[in-house]
Amino acid sequence: MDRLNLNSQLEHLQSKYVGTGHADTNKFEWLQNQHRDSYASYLGHYGLLTYFSVAENESIGRMKFNYLEKMLQPCGPPIKKED
Amino acid sequence: MFLYNLTIQQPTVINQAFIGNFSGNRTQEIIVARGSTLELLRPDSTTGKIHSVLTHEVFGIIRSIVPFRLTGDSKDYIVIGSDSGKLVILEYNPVKNQFNKLHEETYGKTGCRRIVPGQYLAADPKGRAVMLGAVEKQKLVYILNRDSAAKLTISSPLEAHKAHTVVYHCVGVDVGFENPIFACIEIDYSDADEDPTGEAFLNTEKTLTYYELDLGLNHVVRKWSEVIDARSNYLISIPGGNDGPSGVLVCSENYITWMHQDCESIRIPIPRRPNRMDAHLGEEDERGVIIISNVLLKMKHALFIFVQTEDGDIFKITIDSINEDGYSKIREIKIKYFDTVPAASGMCLLKTGLLFVASETGNHYLYQIENLGDEDEDQPEFSSNDFPQGDIDELDDVTVYFKPRGLVNLTAVDEMESLCPLIDSKIINIGEEDSPQFYTLCGRGARSSFRILRHGLEVSEMAVSELPGNPLAVWTVKTSASNEYDSYIVISFVDATLVLSIGETVEEVTDTGFLSSTPTLDVGQLGDNALIQIYPNGVRHIRSDRRVNEWKAPGNKTIVKAACNQRQVILGLTGGELVYFELDPSGHLNEYQEHKEMASQISCLALGPIPEGRQRSKFMAVGCVDNTIRIFSLDPDSCLQPLAMQAVNSIPESLSIIEMKDFNVDGQNTLYLNMGLQNGILLRTAIDTVTGALSDMRMRFLGSRPVKLFEIKIKDEPALLALSSRPWITYTYQSKTTLIPLSYETLEYGSSFCSEQCPEGIVAITGNTLRILTVEKLGNVFNQSIVPLKYTPRRFILHKPTNTFVIIESEQNTWCPSEKAKFKENQMDTSEDNQEEELPPEQFGLPKAELGKWASCIRVLDATTGETTCEIELDNNEAAFSITTCVFQSQPDETFVVVGTAQDTILSPRNCTAGFIRVYRFTEDNKALELVHRTLIDDIPMALCQFQGRLLVGMGKILRIYDIGKRKMLRKCENKQFPNMILTIHTQGDRIIVGDIQESVTYATYKNRENRIIIFADDTIPRWITCTTMVDYDTVVGGDKFGNFFVDRLPASTSEEVDEDPTGNRLIYEKGYLQGAPHKVTHLCEYHVGESLTSINRTTLVAGGKEVLCYTTILGGIGVFIPFINREDVDFFQNLEMHLRENAPPLCGRDHMAYRSYYIPVKNVIDGNLCEQYNLLPYERKAMIAEELDKTISEVSKKIEDMRVRVAF
Repeated sequence: MDRLNLNSQLEHLQSKYVGTGHADTNKFEWLQNQHRDSYASYLGHYGLLTYFSVAENESIGRMKFNYLEKMLQPCGPPIKKED
Repeated sequence: MFLYNLTIQQPTVINQAFIGNFSGNRTQEIIVARGSTLELLRPDSTTGKIHSVLTHEVFGIIRSIVPFRLTGDSKDYIVIGSDSGKLVILEYNPVKNQFNKLHEETYGKTGCRRIVPGQYLAADPKGRAVMLGAVEKQKLVYILNRDSAAKLTISSPLEAHKAHTVVYHCVGVDVGFENPIFACIEIDYSDADEDPTGEAFLNTEKTLTYYELDLGLNHVVRKWSEVIDARSNYLISIPGGNDGPSGVLVCSENYITWMHQDCESIRIPIPRRPNRMDAHLGEEDERGVIIISNVLLKMKHALFIFVQTEDGDIFKITIDSINEDGYSKIREIKIKYFDTVPAASGMCLLKTGLLFVASETGNHYLYQIENLGDEDEDQPEFSSNDFPQGDIDELDDVTVYFKPRGLVNLTAVDEMESLCPLIDSKIINIGEEDSPQFYTLCGRGARSSFRILRHGLEVSEMAVSELPGNPLAVWTVKTSASNEYDSYIVISFVDATLVLSIGETVEEVTDTGFLSSTPTLDVGQLGDNALIQIYPNGVRHIRSDRRVNEWKAPGNKTIVKAACNQRQVILGLTGGELVYFELDPSGHLNEYQEHKEMASQISCLALGPIPEGRQRSKFMAVGCVDNTIRIFSLDPDSCLQPLAMQAVNSIPESLSIIEMKDFNVDGQNTLYLNMGLQNGILLRTAIDTVTGALSDMRMRFLGSRPVKLFEIKIKDEPALLALSSRPWITYTYQSKTTLIPLSYETLEYGSSFCSEQCPEGIVAITGNTLRILTVEKLGNVFNQSIVPLKYTPRRFILHKPTNTFVIIESEQNTWCPSEKAKFKENQMDTSEDNQEEELPPEQFGLPKAELGKWASCIRVLDATTGETTCEIELDNNEAAFSITTCVFQSQPDETFVVVGTAQDTILSPRNCTAGFIRVYRFTEDNKALELVHRTLIDDIPMALCQFQGRLLVGMGKILRIYDIGKRKMLRKCENKQFPNMILTIHTQGDRIIVGDIQESVTYATYKNRENRIIIFADDTIPRWITCTTMVDYDTVVGGDKFGNFFVDRLPASTSEEVDEDPTGNRLIYEKGYLQGAPHKVTHLCEYHVGESLTSINRTTLVAGGKEVLCYTTILGGIGVFIPFINREDVDFFQNLEMHLRENAPPLCGRDHMAYRSYYIPVKNVIDGNLCEQYNLLPYERKAMIAEELDKTISEVSKKIEDMRVRVAF
């Protein structure tokens, strides 16, 4: 497999699967993806949602909404990219 | 070590609920998802009760359900979005009572992932397509249609993906028969991700987007997108076409907006609760309200939408539209407060006006809508015409209020118990009952409760009446075979017989023809309309015209036992003589000439039921005092010929031959011989209908007294009442034969009871009373008694010396008493007239406070009566987190109660201003607690444990030993090297096992001589522990947040090595391994249960059973892990499990093995729930698997049943 093909395959993966890393992925981006993945997972596992809703004393409907809101910017504004 | 996992009670939560006609015959049914279980409920509109029709475990997480009906069809299909990466369409088959999988379309990876669809599911209201969405990016549209054979067809998926977009909600828009449209609330995060200044983040717009499925071109386009309120979260589709104005209601914080393409949007505010403490937090902190569920009511000329806020308030939205030039135009939208019910994860409205509310926490309710609230003058109604409309950016905020009050428009008619969220449990036999009780902490906020669960069916008492003496037996009898209801209750005393007639009232009658001056042995209805009374000296055959034919027992003999059915009578005389009678076509009772002599005295008799269309039952059973039970033929050709014999280990007390459904052979009934023995054992064998041979023996221990059997009816099927020291019943329920005790006192004798008021009851005697009972909630395994609590319960302990429970409750974001008082004072100063009574918290919840505010209390509860004897409210934002009992070395006679608390706790990032250890002692009368002293510590004490006459306290990373002092607790020893936060502590000898919030378990030892705690072993897997139990010196079992169960054991060599080191010097200088402790535990078992585990108890559940590990889950499920004893059983079940994975793949398309290995590969645990699905397979499959296992079908199902009944229920 030549280098060119490998690159295009990687690009394909990156476009298909959100969060696939690349050589220039920085810590912030990685962490942001981790957070978004986690929130999405919480939303899917009803048991976890219930668990958190007891801990936070909020309704499950509110927990879902909060997690979706957090997905927009889970770890604060992005860091400045060095050119 | 091999374990066998079984569910005792399915999760009781409901996370999805939808209504539809799944049977296809106009009856409305509700499909609900309970974690990984799919259940079909049928509300009975005449009785107002909800019955469960079918429950099926799918071994996967059901994330979304939507009912789906093709245009012009009358039957709803069930479309399921799960974690299987497959779209599954099911059909309910009412004949076989099962779900059939119609389609299973794979589209992506398994698991609940960010970009794999399954989270959102929306159906086109006209039944042409469904949209399946992920939280981010991906959306797939499937076109559904029917083929020439009227079967459902599914297209390949059409993509409607949009990268960098988070989806909040998704519904199908009703556009009549135009191209199907799906509406989504979306937010695009790509700009915010690129802008380091944070400006783009603030300007991010939330949009309502319409996706149109172009049926002609067969693709999906983004048709329309409109900016909406930035705090929108929920969509409600509005009927369109000829039925309404179409479009969607966009629910956002505080507002509901109607929107549609090419239309002016119309906004109304959501009314709020007035003057509550939460409304006084200041402008920025003010909490808005959001809509979390809704239900639509479409009447002929009106359209109502009931929406529910997170607080549980239901509002009625009326949409007033007129038809102009062929399409409807909205004139106004009105909103009015309706009632307040528990916050729901789903609401369903039936045509009969019943409203089913599936609560997020606690019990589910069925309400009757008494009226639509139009006359309710007290409540203000808000119209869209009274508020400015227009572009959302230019609109000012408006706040309107309603007046909360008790239920006016709704009345609760039925309740479905739910333990969710189940926070902690203990299984103890305090009452010295036949089986232990489950003591559980359930619920959140003001709806929390302490529940005591007892194994058994709930019994409702219809009538209790005193009798003149202690009766021996009771029967009910019809006067004619064609009667629907029973006519008489016949009660036999030692020397007399009493006959009561059943009518409006139950009263004594004397002209029935029954002999009243003698005890009675049996009573029955004979032929078409004759009666029979068997008494010790003879038999009375009472004809309908009151003519009596008597048969006298031969001179020196009396009748000791008798049995009869409609055409046959069998008598057992003293000395073991059997006399047989049969009714001839003219209605005469003919004695069979030959008498049969048995070798020993007869102890019981039974006749089989007469099969439909036959003259007689072919079999009778005779039990003798020589511990045998014999089957005789009653065929005219071979009358009274022995057919089979069964030796038993005790004298048979009672026999019964009944016909019950057999699930091994489809659609066939099997004749069962039930044998109750004097030693309290119930045996059941199948009788071969041709040869009379006995096979497939099952055994159960029922209690300490001889077992008496009586035939009754449940759900129109024959069932059996078995009376021992407890009453039990056997019946068939949802394709399973169930044997369960009744939660009722000991009964002496019983019979079925059928009257107009009570079609399926039991009449029974105990002492000198006659009782009429019914059982209703057939699916329930437990009978609950509920004690309401004030705040969310956290932990509890049993204080053994006083036999009381001490419960700690603490609740976040809630005002503590002193701040509440301060607020009230303020309110009184400012506005005297505006003062409101505090709303009852059970219905409305407690007022919300800001972050870091806590209310908490310590409750003392009498374990036997369930009464609260003392309640200590903590103040100043102090909240209790841990509790234990402790006997200190210096005061060995007293058991103290130690409570760990913290002040101003903030959960994330974890912080508090101070922690405390509060030591309490019981007052003289053992009813209340008094504070001994309070010791300041520096972190939240999450775990407390007694240890060698001292106290172990886990706070954050620190494990510390305290001893009691005069004024405070005295610090003795500590170790600060625990990973993150200590949650659980167990000790035995010098060993301490600590469970960490994130890093699994850590083993430590206490070296007394050096006064040191030394960590020596830990785990290699990071587990987010929620509960652990130490099962022996080296072994710990536990559960984690993600629903995994594990067994970890310390290798024997390490264990010895640690104990042999007296100073611990070697341990200290040992080098850590893998960045942790020097030794590692081995993993014995791994298993994914499915929901967070909240407690694990090592206990026995049935009398004489082995010890099992019983766990509870947050969603209210209860299950057990049963250790295997021998290798053969392990091999057998491993093989069976393998075959079932192949032959009965989970309904939602998840691979069973992958599901049980969700986070960690499953190890040494066999899934009993899957094994039990063997009984649901069609006959050929069962036969095939049985053959592979070298066994017969009944042997396999017996083995499966035995596994459960030996140790659990």
